[in-house]
Amino acid sequence: MQKTLFEKIWEAHEVSSLSEVQSLLYIDRIFLHERTGAIALQSLAEKQRQVRQRAHAFCTMDHIVDTIPGRSAHTLMPSGREFIIATRSATQDADIRLFDISDPDQGIVHVLSPELGIALPGSTIICPDSHTCTLGGVGAVGWGVGSTEAEHALATSTLRVKRPRTMRINYTGEAPANLTAKDIILLTIRTLGTGGGSGFAIEFSGDAIRKLEVEARLTICNMSVELSAFTGIIEPDPQVMDWFSGRDFAPTGEQLDLAKSYWQSLKTDALATFDRETTIDLSQAKPQLSWGTSPEHCIDHDGKIPEPKDAPSKIAREAWRRALEYMELKPSTHLSNYPIQAAFIGSCTNSRLSDLRAAADYLQQTNNKVAKGVKAICVPGSGRVKRAAEAEGLDKIFIEAGFEWREPGCSLCFYAGGEDFGEGARIVSTTNRNFEGRQGIRAKTHLASPISVAASACAGFPIGGLL
Amino acid sequence: MRAFTQHNGVAAPLFRDNIDTDAIIPSREMKTVSKSGLAAGLFAPWRYLDAQTRTPNTDFVLNKPSYKSASILIAGHNFGCGSSREHAAWALAEFGFRAILAHSFGAIFKNNAIRNGILPIELKWPDLEAIAEWVAANPAENTISIDLDAQSVSAGPLGSTDFGIDPEAKLMLLHGLDEIGLTERFSAEIEAFEKKDMLVRPWNYLKAT
Repeated sequence: MQKTLFEKIWEAHEVSSLSEVQSLLYIDRIFLHERTGAIALQSLAEKQRQVRQRAHAFCTMDHIVDTIPGRSAHTLMPSGREFIIATRSATQDADIRLFDISDPDQGIVHVLSPELGIALPGSTIICPDSHTCTLGGVGAVGWGVGSTEAEHALATSTLRVKRPRTMRINYTGEAPANLTAKDIILLTIRTLGTGGGSGFAIEFSGDAIRKLEVEARLTICNMSVELSAFTGIIEPDPQVMDWFSGRDFAPTGEQLDLAKSYWQSLKTDALATFDRETTIDLSQAKPQLSWGTSPEHCIDHDGKIPEPKDAPSKIAREAWRRALEYMELKPSTHLSNYPIQAAFIGSCTNSRLSDLRAAADYLQQTNNKVAKGVKAICVPGSGRVKRAAEAEGLDKIFIEAGFEWREPGCSLCFYAGGEDFGEGARIVSTTNRNFEGRQGIRAKTHLASPISVAASACAGFPIGGLL
Repeated sequence: MRAFTQHNGVAAPLFRDNIDTDAIIPSREMKTVSKSGLAAGLFAPWRYLDAQTRTPNTDFVLNKPSYKSASILIAGHNFGCGSSREHAAWALAEFGFRAILAHSFGAIFKNNAIRNGILPIELKWPDLEAIAEWVAANPAENTISIDLDAQSVSAGPLGSTDFGIDPEAKLMLLHGLDEIGLTERFSAEIEAFEKKDMLVRPWNYLKAT
């Protein structure tokens, strides 16, 4: 029987088949954060239940914690302290590992889990956070759940899961050298639509994907949820397997050899069939910028903002009209006509060392500085990313160009009532969601790659970064 | 969890695609470590003209007198996409919503809704549009009836439409079951799985310190 990679991992975790469509799946790792984790742990304790495998559960402070230097539990977000204190106490009571504010390894959950070897190829990992699908980048099956399901996984080491259908996206054509992983995934969402992956586990495949480094693969899989997919995954190759050597929670010595020989089997068989296959040609692809309020609202960096009359359906036409109104844009104009007030580099999509290097390279090679009136922020994804970046002098490049250099966390990927860029600010951002109000009240977000954000910060308007 | 068997109520059409959980409840409205106290933040960006003073936006459907008692919501494609925050389901439930009719749902939201006694119903496009139109003509009178056991939605003269639902989700909703309790019955299977898997993937099993 020929099987897809996803099917192999699913079957290896099946504790029991509950029905034709649903299985009780073993969950290898559970990662919590202070926004939604404390509620799950508290609710578990209220019902006198315990964390079943406490060595498999982890928690970090990333969502609410400030990223300004000198931060403490007294957050800019009103009542943020309550979440931090509750998380400390709940993780202490449950006796699970917490990456607290002062921990040198603290950072964004989906940056930490591969970086520390918590998510491994062929493993299942859940988190009450929708971007858990990021871990498909290292060949893990990760998906986001609510607090109640997180509680279920903590109590039983399992989840009752409906089996998704399988889909493969084949990328063809030689991708232009300046095309980043972020551009590839934005183009994919633009092509398939935000409902394009609904009900599917997606395998990203093709030469362009194989050529990507591990961190870039994490960026691709990170936005699977923006296609409404259950998850996204990329076949782990020797590059991925070697990447886990020396990572804190990854196997070592003989165990690593054993793991590697098992990881070799994590491949889609040559004759395996998918419920859906689609192809995206990258040979003509350009850097992408979002113009609207959904990640599918993207255009080529030099393209024109679309006309609602060209929308594919009546309801989409109305959505485009609303998006243009919210974003204060005129159809058939270029994004370069609209001044920005802010630029943001960070988030679980684009805050890893390679992302920071790409943006810093642009700043160094062009010697451009952040434009007047633009607040530019760079937030490394974890303590380790920050230290590695500083060891290379990236912090100095950012600071000299006019960026703020921050402490690790989710930061301004979303507005939680504390820090913001100012009401109605237009922001070019490496994050994953340009929803209405996501980054602040009436904030207007344009999604882009780290290079494009660096270029936009210096230009003072949204522009694709070409290096 | 609150059971769902049958329900009749006022339905509010919020006929848009991709209503994300940030719109259902923005992060800034999730102020306490609690599953309650969230109804006031429901649809805050659309419901209020001003985030601080909470001046109602009288154009927003839930602020119109005829929809004040709405317990059913009608939306387009991909309702509840985006963030996994269960606060979206908690806020909808606390406001009084028992069911949502949409073309499709964000997967995480759908699971969260079911676990909080909210019935997510997927309908085909023409049915959904017809129901929304009929409801809007006279919201107070043109109420919708839902029968979960029969898996049908009735809308007056439009008659009834069948909908699909996973058998387990149906069972959980009908009886208000605690899912963890159901799974605890599998504890022997879970232990047996671990014993077997430990031979195949020994590196997966970390030791507690």
